[in-house]
Amino acid sequence: MMTIGDPVVELRGVGLRLDGEKEIVSDLDFDVRPGELVVLLGRSGSGKTTTLKLINRLLLPTSGSVLVEGVATTDWEPTRLRRRIGYVIQDVGLFPHFTIERNVGLVPTLEGWEAERVRERVRELLDLVGLDPSVFAERYPAQLSGGQRQRVGVARALAADPPLLLMDEPFGALDPLTRLELQRELARLQDRLNKSIVFVTHDIREAMLLATRIALFQDGELVFIGGPQEFLDSDEPEAMAFVRALQDTDAVR
Amino acid sequence: MQLLEFLSRNKAEFFTLLGEHLMLVGVSIGVALAVGIPLGVILTRRPQLSPPILGLANIFQTIPSLALFGFLIPIPFIGGIGARTAIVALVLYALLPIIRNTYAGIQGVDPAVREAGRGMGMTDRQLLFMVEIPLAFGVILAGVRVATVIGVGIATIAAAIGAGGLGVFIFRGVATVNNTLILAGALPAALMALAVDFLLGRLERRYAPGGAGLAQTRPA
Repeated sequence: MMTIGDPVVELRGVGLRLDGEKEIVSDLDFDVRPGELVVLLGRSGSGKTTTLKLINRLLLPTSGSVLVEGVATTDWEPTRLRRRIGYVIQDVGLFPHFTIERNVGLVPTLEGWEAERVRERVRELLDLVGLDPSVFAERYPAQLSGGQRQRVGVARALAADPPLLLMDEPFGALDPLTRLELQRELARLQDRLNKSIVFVTHDIREAMLLATRIALFQDGELVFIGGPQEFLDSDEPEAMAFVRALQDTDAVR
Repeated sequence: MQLLEFLSRNKAEFFTLLGEHLMLVGVSIGVALAVGIPLGVILTRRPQLSPPILGLANIFQTIPSLALFGFLIPIPFIGGIGARTAIVALVLYALLPIIRNTYAGIQGVDPAVREAGRGMGMTDRQLLFMVEIPLAFGVILAGVRVATVIGVGIATIAAAIGAGGLGVFIFRGVATVNNTLILAGALPAALMALAVDFLLGRLERRYAPGGAGLAQTRPA
């Protein structure tokens, strides 16, 4: 799929080193274009989550620069930047003392929207992620299943209509059927809303299903970036290892 | 029976002492909250400060109360004979449980919740007041409860430095070997401690994880 327009996220020679230790990520160079879903794929500890946190300025690079909408994250006011970026993490991180409605409406409320507008937006979003607002708006997170909580997490990230979503293994803790269901819905949502999404996973199947492009991480470095078909055809050893894992699970059946 | 008789004959003095006692505990807990909660919050932001500050608060805790009252008397401005000195001592005793529980309560907030809040663009202040303190409230309240119960007990000794309170009956009873007098001070003080414990305990359960006041923390 061709995308047009300036990149939403640009990483230029980005590295992060903590207290003189080994670099956690080094020399990262890639773009995320409008409407694109880039999957960051790699083993645990390969630097995927760190890369996400560099994009929403939870971390600052020690070398190179990260640009969001053309502006370096170091020049963004952190809270302004983060409110323009939807953030979904594996543990969801819903506020246990807020109702679902307050959870989803948080960023619009912080942004000073009127109560009535926030309420309407929350209803619209709950519908969008397949939760009946009349049933769920007044509930607390503890009263929801894992899949439902993750849907709320997605709704919350979309609340202020950010151009960019960061998703860190959002479906990792779900049972396989719910996971598949949510993956399909995310793909549909992506077609409809045309957001730019950076999606972290270690699951090659998930990557193949969702990605416009796959960025493969190994030991803090980007070793491959390209479309799913290119990934399958790649002769990069780590990519081949992931593709073999995919074929092995197919062969079992 | 002798006790009831004594109390009914000395009703006016009893209520004065009871009022003094409540004032000593109330003011000192109020000051300890105003100092201890912000200190606890600061410790969560600067964890390297927590050993020295908690250590210092711990040391105050280990000084026998009679000795602490005695130490404070010669100190200018805060010392001397009377309620002010007693309140300073009671504040010092109340600080440890309040600081420690504020610190522990906030440290105990689910890191995913904190990360989500920061990632969504909450300022440090918004995170503190909208998320961390509400979620730590039950634990902080538990510290306040411990501090208050200790305060009610220690305030009886404040009578030794002329601060009044129910301890006046106790010391007078000890001096005159009069058990009725001792009981007239000790029993109401004990009941007060139990009542505080019960009331704050109920409030605490309401706000504890799983209680009705707050929905639960994230289930597994």
